[in-house]
Amino acid sequence: MLNRRNFLTAAIGVAAAGGLAACAKKEESGSTSTSGDGGSKAITLGFSQVGSESGWRSANTDSVKSAAKEAGYRLQFSDAQQKQENQISAIRSFISQKVDVIAFSPVVVTGWDAVLKEAKAAKIPVVLTDRSVETSDESLYVTLVGSDFTDEGRRAAKILEKVLEKAGHKGPVKIAQLEGTTGAAPAIERAKGFKEVMEADHKDDWKVVVSQTGDFTRAGGKQVMAAFLQSNPDINVLYAHNDDMAIGAIQSIEAAGKKPGKDILIVSVDGVKDGFVAMSEGKINAIVECNPLLGPQLMEVVQKVKNGETVERWIKTKESDFMQDQAKDALPTRKY
Amino acid sequence: MTTTSRWRALTHHHLFWPVAVLVVLLLVNVPFTPDFFSIKMTDGHLYGSLVSIVLFGSPLILVAVGMTLVIATGGIDLSVGAVVAITGALACSYISDQADQSALAGVLLAMGLGLLAAVVCGLWNGFLVARMGIQPIIATLIIMVAGRGVAQLITDGQIITINSEPYKLIGGGYWLTLPFSIFVVAVVVAVTVVLTRRTALGLLVESVGGNAEASRLVGIRSRRIKIMVYVFCALCAGIAGLMISSNTSAADGNNAGLWIELDAILAVVIGGTSLLGGRFSIGGTVVGALVIQTLTTTIYTIGVPTQTNLVFKAVVVIIVCLLQSPKFRAKVFSARLGAKSGAQGGGSPSAPAPAGTTAAATEAAPKMEVS
Repeated sequence: MLNRRNFLTAAIGVAAAGGLAACAKKEESGSTSTSGDGGSKAITLGFSQVGSESGWRSANTDSVKSAAKEAGYRLQFSDAQQKQENQISAIRSFISQKVDVIAFSPVVVTGWDAVLKEAKAAKIPVVLTDRSVETSDESLYVTLVGSDFTDEGRRAAKILEKVLEKAGHKGPVKIAQLEGTTGAAPAIERAKGFKEVMEADHKDDWKVVVSQTGDFTRAGGKQVMAAFLQSNPDINVLYAHNDDMAIGAIQSIEAAGKKPGKDILIVSVDGVKDGFVAMSEGKINAIVECNPLLGPQLMEVVQKVKNGETVERWIKTKESDFMQDQAKDALPTRKY
Repeated sequence: MTTTSRWRALTHHHLFWPVAVLVVLLLVNVPFTPDFFSIKMTDGHLYGSLVSIVLFGSPLILVAVGMTLVIATGGIDLSVGAVVAITGALACSYISDQADQSALAGVLLAMGLGLLAAVVCGLWNGFLVARMGIQPIIATLIIMVAGRGVAQLITDGQIITINSEPYKLIGGGYWLTLPFSIFVVAVVVAVTVVLTRRTALGLLVESVGGNAEASRLVGIRSRRIKIMVYVFCALCAGIAGLMISSNTSAADGNNAGLWIELDAILAVVIGGTSLLGGRFSIGGTVVGALVIQTLTTTIYTIGVPTQTNLVFKAVVVIIVCLLQSPKFRAKVFSARLGAKSGAQGGGSPSAPAPAGTTAAATEAAPKMEVS
């Protein structure tokens, strides 16, 4: 009796918790909403998003929605809440609704063969956005619209050359690197691209003296940088794999009595609003953009795919690099 | 003779091994950071590795102190990380809505709101555990899972950046040249120690942890004690949440206090508090939390490659836990001392072993009744 009562209360508790968790995502909870002008000839696009886990991701979602509206497409939008099974069932429902094109950002890399084969059998082309998948059959998707993280690393190294030149830096360059979450694709590839350029062009004068993960968070960046400044007080450049870690590191640099952007030159990746704020204050020297606003590009690709044109296997997101003098002008246009 | 007996008394002190590990960890840093122990003045405040360790370790100390009392009652609180996120999110989102973010009244109100939310979480945990008889690990799992969702709901999934000088003080500011968080930690630890060791409260907590049913039968209101410790634990987590968000002047619903519950439990265990409940050591917990923070700093300074971070951490934690185990110490040290003084070495393992079994036995009784 007692056992059952306990079980019941536990069940109610868990249900309540589930309700709370669902609240958090209620904005887009699994529902499929339709937007667009609904004209008879309009292209119908089924889009399955990963979830809404970060500011970058919500900017990505907004961009896709507004670009679809602008292009006059009917958009079937579905939020997978970070679960592959939600995404697979969303894609199945797109197939049964006979949408013209399916686009999605895969939650994970593997396990898509079955559902993608169903889409192929129904002759619906599939476009990946932001992230890629591993499949046995390359014909299962048409193209990937997304960023090239390795190239972001290369661009970071290239822009560091400019930053050093502008600052009139002489002598050895001692770099501290704040890595992203260990094992995450952007962390691995941003480090790889940077290293490539460094070893090719600056084998003698540049050196990464310390490198450690800051988990892509401000608190991580702050704590790791505080330790770096103790063990290697002669660091003069910081390369952060995202803006948030750079923002955290800036606070530690200031606490150590040094000037971020002057005593220690800072290059970071992403281009979120707070990053631009820090850059306009002169605390970050350059930002390599990783653009979530790929909506317009996606719509272009969808149009081409629908018309039966051939497109490249990987359409890289349009991204720019920003130096300090561009920060003030760019700041008001940053949406995320 | 007197020196050896003194040495024995010292090594048998419950804080000896945690402190020894802490000292060794600190010394390991010296070859890599020559001026590791040096502290200098920068911009009107003290600056150095030791200051950083205490500053970044403050939230963990607070959470671990709260966790100690919960564990002493034989419970566990997995929700502290989520409470950290909720408190920071509420306080920062309130401040970001103010016209003047640096107005003291607004900041105090924001902090009050955050702490109130933390207390509500604690009451909920205590209610489920003490009134409903749900296993603590399940009861607190609810807020651990759902709480982060609530925090993201408050922040709208974004990182809220604020610019408020008074708010910055609590977790990132300095007072009398020292990080302000040190004073907060000192006050909380002092109040806890006085309440639990100068009044009967600590004894009551331990008796509830030893045997809740027997405590109730002798007239201790064990339910009330349990609810109280969960509220206290959540309040500590709430203060830690204010500190963490204040430290970076931003609330990150996704990452603030992520996995801090596990670090806190580890700190409690390193400090010599038994997970079975019934006895606790606040001093041990503070040392345990400092060990964990020093370990983290050590990893950053000695240049352990990122991929092997966790392996390094695991090895150190395993060593610390083995050193903490009386059985392991008895085996290793009696084997070494065996030739010199077999009687002494052989004597020590017999003492702690039965204590361990009785603790397990007394704990087994209430557990069976609940499940």
